[in-house]
Order: sequence, then C-alpha cells, then structure tokens
Amino acid sequence: MKKNPKRVLIYGYGNPGRQDDGLGIEMAQKVKDWIEEHHLTCMQTDENYQLNIEDAEKIHEWDIVVFVDATKEAIHEYKFEAIEPDTAKVEFSMHAVSPAYVLHLSEKLFGRKPKAYVLGIKGFSWDMEEGLTDNAKLNMEQAFQFLTRKLAGWAYIKVNLPISMLSE
Amino acid sequence: MPKKITIEPVTRVEGHGKVTVMIDDFGNVQDSRLHIVEFRGFERFIQGRPYWEAPVLVQRLCGICPVSHHLAAAKALDVIVGAGTGHGLTAVGEKMRRLMHYGQFFQSHVLHFFHLSAPDFLFGIDGDPALRNIIGVAQTNRELAIQGVMMRKYGQEVIARTAGKKIHGTGAVPGGINKNLSIAERDELLHGPDPLNADKMIEWSVGALEFFKNYHKNNRAMVDSFAAYPSNHMGMVREDGAFDIYHGVLRAVDSEGNKILNDVDYQDYDKYIEEEVRSWSYMKFPYLKEYGPEKGWYRVGPLARLNVCDFIPSPLAQKEFEEYKAYTNGKPNGMSLHYHWARLIEVLHCAEMMKELLEDPDLQNTDLVVRGEKSRKGVGVIEAPRGTLFHHYEINEHDQIEKANLIVSTTNNNQPMNMAVNLTAKSFMDGQKEITEPMMNAVEVAIRAYDPCLSCATHALGDMPLEITVVNSKNEIIDRKVKD
Repeated sequence: MKKNPKRVLIYGYGNPGRQDDGLGIEMAQKVKDWIEEHHLTCMQTDENYQLNIEDAEKIHEWDIVVFVDATKEAIHEYKFEAIEPDTAKVEFSMHAVSPAYVLHLSEKLFGRKPKAYVLGIKGFSWDMEEGLTDNAKLNMEQAFQFLTRKLAGWAYIKVNLPISMLSE
Repeated sequence: MPKKITIEPVTRVEGHGKVTVMIDDFGNVQDSRLHIVEFRGFERFIQGRPYWEAPVLVQRLCGICPVSHHLAAAKALDVIVGAGTGHGLTAVGEKMRRLMHYGQFFQSHVLHFFHLSAPDFLFGIDGDPALRNIIGVAQTNRELAIQGVMMRKYGQEVIARTAGKKIHGTGAVPGGINKNLSIAERDELLHGPDPLNADKMIEWSVGALEFFKNYHKNNRAMVDSFAAYPSNHMGMVREDGAFDIYHGVLRAVDSEGNKILNDVDYQDYDKYIEEEVRSWSYMKFPYLKEYGPEKGWYRVGPLARLNVCDFIPSPLAQKEFEEYKAYTNGKPNGMSLHYHWARLIEVLHCAEMMKELLEDPDLQNTDLVVRGEKSRKGVGVIEAPRGTLFHHYEINEHDQIEKANLIVSTTNNNQPMNMAVNLTAKSFMDGQKEITEPMMNAVEVAIRAYDPCLSCATHALGDMPLEITVVNSKNEIIDRKVKD
C-alpha cells in the first residue's frame, strides 16, 4: 500500500540584515528550491523575522513543522531536536516567542499540534550586514543535506538522495 | 545603607532593560530608574551608504517594527528626491503607504493588547505569573485569544501585500512606492473568508474595546490611579487637528491642554526638540527646547496622540474618542493604564481606515513615483505604534548618506517610563520587607503600558550588552555585572 507523504512546513526565521542571524531565512529559501525541484506539493516553506502568536494558526494543520534558526550555542555545525509544547518558554520579550510556545498555543487554541523539530544552525557573526559568514555557509550546507534527507524520508520519495541533493 | 533591588530583564518587553529600585534602611523607596543601554551604532553604520538604500537598510534596526522605520526613512527621502513631504506623492503612493502603516499599527497594537495587557486585566497584577500570557487568556477566554491571533495575522497579511514581502519589505521607495494593490489582493483583504476580512476586524476591534471598558468599569480605582501623573504630551496631527499617524504637523500640549508646540513643520524638529544625556542612562532624554529638560519632557504614543488631536476621522473610533475625552472632561489624560484604552481606540481606527482604503480605487493606480528638485537634507516623521519616530538624513554630492539621526518612540518616552516606574515602586514597595512577584510585576505593568521597544531604542537587535552597577548612598560601587 502506498504511504501518504507527510505534510511538512519548514519555517525559517531571523534577521538577514544581521549576518548569520539570517541562517534560518537562507535555509528556508534553499529548501524551497529543493522542494520545487522535486515537485513535493506536500511541503512548503515560510519565513519571518521571528516567531509570534499568529504562527500557532499557521502551523496547526501540518503533520510536521521544522523551525530553522541560527544559534550561538556551543554545538558543531547544527543540531536537530524534537520539541514539545512549553508554556514557560516565552523568550525574553513579548514581541517574540519560542517554537515550543507556538506549539503549545497551537494545541490550546486550535486543538491540534504538529510534530515539531528545531534545526539550529551555528552562526558566528551578528553585525548589521547582509550575507552569511563563510563558516556559517559551511554549516548551512551540512544542515541542508541532513534536512533534505529527512524531507525525502517524510515524502517517501525514492531518490535515495544524496547526489541530487548536494547543493551546487 | 540603602539596599538595591534589581529587576532584570523586564520580561515581555522587547530587548533587555534593567530596573533598579533603591531602598533605604527603613524599607522606603528612595528612587527608581529604568536603565537602557543605548549605543549609536546604527547611525554610524548607515553613513556612506547610497541614500536610496535607507528604507530597506533601516529595517535591520528592529524585527519588531520594521515597517515604521521603513516608512519614516522613505518619508525623509521623499524630501531629498524633491517629492515633498506627505501629500507630495501620488494618490496611490500615499494611500499604499498608509495602508501598510495601518496594517503595521493594527498588528502591533493587537499583539500588545492580547498577549501582554489582557492577561494582566484577566488575572490581575497579583495573578499567577504562569497564567499572565496568552495561554492563560486561552484557558479563560479562548475566543478572545483566537481573535488576538487572527487579528494579528490579518495585519501581517496587509503588510505582506503592501510592502511586497514580509522580511525587508521594499514597498516604499524615495518618492513613492514600487507596487500598487492588485484587485485580487484587495478582494482577499476586503472580503476574505471569515474571519480574515475587513468587516470582521472592525467587529473584533469593537469587542476588544468593550472588554477593556468592562474591566475599567469594575476596576476603576486601580486603572485610574496606577502610575497616573500629569505631563506634557506630543504627537503628530493632521493640519486640521485630526488624528493622523502617517503625516501632519507636530503638536504638544501641557497637562491642562494648552498648546506648547503649535503645529510646527517636522522638517524643523531640531529647532524644537533636544536630547539630554544623563550619567546613569545610555538612552537619551528628549525634551522641548523652549521649556528645558525639567519642564519640557513629554509623553508620546497612544495616550499622547489622543491628547493632542482634536478628533478622529473615522466614525466608530470618533464615537469612542468622544467617550474617552468625556471621561477627563476634555482635559489631557495622564493615567498610564489608559494607554491601553487609547491603544484600542487606535486599533478600531486602523480597522476602519484599512476598510476605507481597500475600497478606494486609487490603490490600483499605476503612477507610483514622483520626483522633483533634489535636496541634501530630509526629515521623515511618522507616528509609530509606540509613539513619534524621527528619521533625519543628510547626503553628500555623491548621493551617500553623510549624517543620520534617529529619535525612536521609546527614547521619546524615556522620562515618562522612569516616572511611571518610580511612582509604581513607591506605591507598591514602600515599607515592604520583602519584594514579592506581584510587586515586581507592578513595576513591569507600568513599563509595559508604554509598550517600549528596547531593541529600537538601543539600535541593537537581539543581544545587548547589559551592565549592572550597584551603588550605595555614598555613590560607592558595591557590585557590577556585565551580561553579554
């Protein structure tokens, strides 16, 4: 029996005017091209400066949501973690909220929450400039290869990846 | 020795702030201050860049109100490219910008009310901190919480369609705009399926006002007395005195309603406004030059805007405005928590104006840009959601920006926020042996009424170095911490 592909939203966020803070946005755009190339109508990308309460409505109907953000954490190239709803993680301001908070809001307000993951890509520089640093680009490339393998799995596409997924 | 209590960061306010409350040996509050670390990195960053890049570049300042900076910069550059100020643009140019601005105002105010203020109203200042957020609202009043989310989404949709894209929008360009509104976009915003349409937004805006007014009716003493104090108020009004957040003249009134800045052209703002530096704060303190720093400081934002204007040019908001003004017998309103009331009247006005503009066929015109005789200097002023926002640019013969000066809304409200913090600290903490969560939240409620955007005020998005210095009554440093 043919399996139904998962409906997946890839949501990148950050400020591309602040160097590596644009990693999430850049990744979303890169993944968008990949989705189009593979004609995956079950997947979409979106992007914004930061997450906010209205994103609860946006995510609630998807099977899976991957939040993509830049991170300063002491990790290697990237991290990919499943997240659960969390009320306490309102980030330091009211003007932006965490992925876990959006997930919680989705469940409370719209009665549904997708499976959710955070893809954090390590960044290095955050000045008021456009463009990623070279090291951030390398990290993004690795994260991209990882993510597209995941997406291929969720879409049940047979291309057993890789070469076609390696970016130019 | 006085004891210092530091509350930081101020949660649910953009960026980091630090509040220091100095308490003497008897437990009485001596003084309280809101410290914000400001640096002028942005003005330096923009120097040397071609002027036409400014409306996009300035959006890097802040991911919270990028549209406000985008429009203020574009207005300043209108002057530089000789398109004049405000009404110099084509009809479609001005109206598309206005629609973008109303969308931004709407979603910003809605976020503030539903996510930030409503929890305080529903659960009280001394309510469970775990509930004082929109999740708490959802548990108590799910419909209200959903309305907040969907209204916010609608405002975002308006921005996306007028600015061209959600991030680093390019809708406003020097001398006009780069796109009009297609019929399909118009219909989607005007008649979209419930609830995402203009009529529903008006209906829900009225409902939000009713929610506040009911709360006010049942908690009149607290709402009216909390951090209430007389002050001057400044804002922009249309030439005929009407409420206008996009273009007009600068007006200020004192606490009795006397005009102390009489409808002046904002191109000359630096003749009337000066910024004072104080040793204990990195954020400047603006004031009206004529009255000096002691008497010339003013409030900006929703409360101030309704205090300086004569009427609101949309029927439902005007009706609410009349009720609001009658509450203080026509005198300026100095009650900090009435910022929320004023903010919701503005939400209703924006909803009405969005509908009016969406029905205007001018939005489909194609004459997008005008040009005239070039000038080396331009000042753009708009009313951002948090208050009056100034952008001032000067260019050289190579079309590069030589000078930039920005006075953001939160900076304009620096002294008022400090006043509110001090009053609240004295009221809630005096004589108390222990600082409790409700006391701390009371101080935050006072600050939140002004909806500060510290990210803007500090001109630094995200990380902001925070220095904490503790001094005793002899001004000796007893502790100092720097948070990166």
